[in-house]
Amino acid sequence: MEPAGPLLSPERVRDAKLLERLRVGDDAAFRELVQTNTAPLLVLARRFLRNEDDARDAVQDAFFSAFRALDKFSGEALLSTWLHRITVNACLMKLRTRRRHPEESIDDLLPGFLEDGRHATPSKPWEGGAEALLESEENRQLVGAAIERLPEKYRTVLILRDIEDYDTEGTAQALGLSVPAVKTRLHRARQALKSLLDRHFTRGRG
Amino acid sequence: MNCREFADFLMSYLDNELDAEACRVFESHLDGCRPCVGYMEDYKKTVELGRCVCKDGEGPVPEDAPRELVAAILEARKTLR
Repeated sequence: MEPAGPLLSPERVRDAKLLERLRVGDDAAFRELVQTNTAPLLVLARRFLRNEDDARDAVQDAFFSAFRALDKFSGEALLSTWLHRITVNACLMKLRTRRRHPEESIDDLLPGFLEDGRHATPSKPWEGGAEALLESEENRQLVGAAIERLPEKYRTVLILRDIEDYDTEGTAQALGLSVPAVKTRLHRARQALKSLLDRHFTRGRG
Repeated sequence: MNCREFADFLMSYLDNELDAEACRVFESHLDGCRPCVGYMEDYKKTVELGRCVCKDGEGPVPEDAPRELVAAILEARKTLR
């Protein structure tokens, strides 16, 4: 009996066919690739850059890099995953090169303490667990908006570590920071995000 | 350990980066401090919410790709040939 070949998901099969067409320079295949992936990549880029023009530039740069690297792409990852990674890099490059905005402070969003080290105003616990909170579309939008409100240097670390699953070393390398600096920023970013969400999710709000 | 120190070491604790003694001190504070228990729980939820909302929460992207951007990308490809 013939050994069964590896089972490819329909998504993988479609992807492999598209890749074949891309490699021979099929214009329709390029159009399909760009049309399918531009919208989700733009959402990703807006999250990093918070500026529509910069986000569009980053997506365009990412596609340009991808087109040039197509011959080297192994096809192990899905095209969408590959493009996602390239777009993250394009966003980081954009962050590095664009004019710096004045540093936004995060202090107001960090927990306050009394002189003896106790919480100055202990936050009330949230209503419900993460899963229950995520059931509401309104809550999902609140979380997305709160992430967007984080100052850039904290937002970038939070996105890379908690959302893009970069490890601490990878994040440090991508941002030219030390490992301890990444850890501190990530912790502050999470604390600030929690503060922003406290006002919506704590019991007895309103 | 007080609440400020608790908050400072929270991430290291959750990442299992504290040594046994520091861990013991941390947990003994946690045993007697309800505000810190609540803080830790909601901190963990914050991480999970951020992760889930951005991973799959935005579901189907609510808009079509801007036509002029698609056109600009395809146009840029021509310069590579």
